[in-house]
Amino acid sequence: MNRLISFTIKEFLHIFRDPRTMLILFGIPVAQLLIFGTVIKNEIKNVHIAIYDPSKDIATTDITNKLLSSGYFILDENLNNIDGIDEIFKKGRVKEVIVFDNNFGKKLIREGTAGIQLIADASDPNIARLVTSYTSGIINDYINKLHPGLAMPLSVEPEVRMYFNENMKSAYMFVPGTMALILMLISALMTSVSITREKEHGTMEILLASPLKPLQIIAGKVLPYLLLSIVNAFLIVLIGRFVFGVPITGSFILLILETILFILMALCLGIMISTAAKTQMMAMFLSMIVLMLPTIILSGFIFPIENMPKLLQWLSYIMPARYFITIIRGIMLKGTGISFIWEETLILIIMTIFFIGVSVKKFKIRLE
Amino acid sequence: MKTIAYILQKEFRQIFRNRFLLPMIFGVPLIQMLVLVYAATFEMKKIDIAIADKDLSAFSRELVAKFKGIPFFNITESLQEVKIGEDMLLNDEADIVLIIPPDMERNLVRENKTQVQLLINAIDGNTAQLIYSYSANIIRDFNKNLIAEWKGLPEFKPSGQIEITERYWYNSELNYKWYMAPGILAILVTVIGMFMSGINLVREKEIGTIEQLNVTPVKKYHFIVGKLVPFWIIGIFDLAFGMIIAWIVFDLPVEGSLWLLFFFTAVYLIGILGLGLFISTLADTQQQVMFMNFFFMIVFILMGGIFTPVESMPHWAQIADRINPVFYFMKIMRNIVLKGSGFFDLFEEFISLVILGIIFLSLAIFLYRKKSLSRS
Repeated sequence: MNRLISFTIKEFLHIFRDPRTMLILFGIPVAQLLIFGTVIKNEIKNVHIAIYDPSKDIATTDITNKLLSSGYFILDENLNNIDGIDEIFKKGRVKEVIVFDNNFGKKLIREGTAGIQLIADASDPNIARLVTSYTSGIINDYINKLHPGLAMPLSVEPEVRMYFNENMKSAYMFVPGTMALILMLISALMTSVSITREKEHGTMEILLASPLKPLQIIAGKVLPYLLLSIVNAFLIVLIGRFVFGVPITGSFILLILETILFILMALCLGIMISTAAKTQMMAMFLSMIVLMLPTIILSGFIFPIENMPKLLQWLSYIMPARYFITIIRGIMLKGTGISFIWEETLILIIMTIFFIGVSVKKFKIRLE
Repeated sequence: MKTIAYILQKEFRQIFRNRFLLPMIFGVPLIQMLVLVYAATFEMKKIDIAIADKDLSAFSRELVAKFKGIPFFNITESLQEVKIGEDMLLNDEADIVLIIPPDMERNLVRENKTQVQLLINAIDGNTAQLIYSYSANIIRDFNKNLIAEWKGLPEFKPSGQIEITERYWYNSELNYKWYMAPGILAILVTVIGMFMSGINLVREKEIGTIEQLNVTPVKKYHFIVGKLVPFWIIGIFDLAFGMIIAWIVFDLPVEGSLWLLFFFTAVYLIGILGLGLFISTLADTQQQVMFMNFFFMIVFILMGGIFTPVESMPHWAQIADRINPVFYFMKIMRNIVLKGSGFFDLFEEFISLVILGIIFLSLAIFLYRKKSLSRS
């Protein structure tokens, strides 16, 4: 026991004495949180639009004001004719051109109807749909307020409640995923690099020849990263809560337990990678390219899995992060208890056991 | 001059003999184009909707029928309890729950209006907004039909209606893959220019042959040119390869000039190679170089607007993007491919790339020579 403790302390000292490793351990999580919490946003803001208004009457001016004061749009240009629309789009700034009918106000009163064309730059189809959706929403709002009685003699009105994320903030979706990413990075990547570094420097042989049992060596290597990961997890949850406003609706204890489970899983994965990799470069390569990139793309972190083709959906089943993200979103955003997430938890447990099994089998006492 | 030719020959031989790099040159474009483009989509295939019809009247059944009529909606029906619907939201079994109150028909008849509730899972705000949009449109449609039936008139148009027409230019089918493919191509070129060239550079140090090169008459700039030029060529080649894949698999049309595309790529690659070299001078050990390269690359790519629009980013990020070459290149790619933008449309972006390229390349060469000099 004493040996294990001194060995673990030695490992800790190694980590703290290397400024670059410290930078990675704490700098990267902060940077990722910053990026995924504030930079990567799904929301619409400051969309540049151009307006062609041949009528310039009260109705059009009112609608224009309503649009511009919504906060979603910025007026780039008032067009004098509709020939230059192609050129404007090609410059790449304006995303939507709003075209009012001639004599808009008069038509509205005399004929009872007038038209507005929304021409959207659909090179980004997602933004195009959102932009037209918001624009029509604002225009429809204008109509309803203008003729409250006449708008529709008979109508069913939808009353919307946005569940789990009332203000539809991007951070709610991305911060939990970022947690999975960071924990994966620290636990799997750092552990595998640490173990292979020992192999590369040749000091692994020395350790194996010492009275330390192989199990103690691995445990000693893993424990510092376990503790550091837990600290990091706490930090992320706190930053998520107080900086980004991501709530912890469910049980805090359950959150901690599930996080520890995920960290353990990632650590075992790191150990498994280290048994396959001979050099640090190899370990880093495997961790980053084979693990992290698919995790970002296929785990439901940014892109909903249901939208992907079937083949990729099957692939996502072997991504551990996928299950953890479901668990975290469940606990933090939906407030679910264990009854809703027991399947995902079970899968994580099975994966952990699997990784341990493979590592034990492949761990060689003698270095080739 | 002849020295450079020989060095290039040696470099290319080394690259093609490398079991690592060679498959990557073909594998990376394939995987990126096939996996990333298919995976990175916000296009909804279907919406899972749970309907609790507590009225069970003629009107309510009609409303439900309208939703049923659209294959896009995957309907779970006849929930008796609102709680079951909420559970379905919790379980991710439903994206949206429609609750029709028990007095819907009565309210419609007596007071000419009634309310229904839409409960939407808003964790993904983007999807939630779109789901709301679709559902509201269906209800609006239902209202129009209702009036026609009730009043017995053809689609009654009360006064003061604004008819909104939506036109989608350049990608009228709203094909998300056509939006992602040029972006992924931009990433592809970036990965080769920054990351792969970085690996190659680092290999030389690892093998130790850098010492031998130092004692030859080969000058430092010969060496740098020899390291960067092959990847400039490989980058352009891989762009072509990637575009062929996109054309075959996604039917990606290219509206603009291909020459312009490759010209911009050539300019961009020079700058990116310089950036990669610059980053590699900032670290000491080989692992750090790879790590930093990877990290900066990911940051630049994400901030360049590959997945989410730059206009939605906070102000400070948009300012930071001014020194992000990926931002300019991504815009160039997408605009040329999808809209057929010309050279003068993208003049600003071109100048920015040239300036950034010169800065990065000069910094890189300056720092690299300093480093190697101080070593020896």
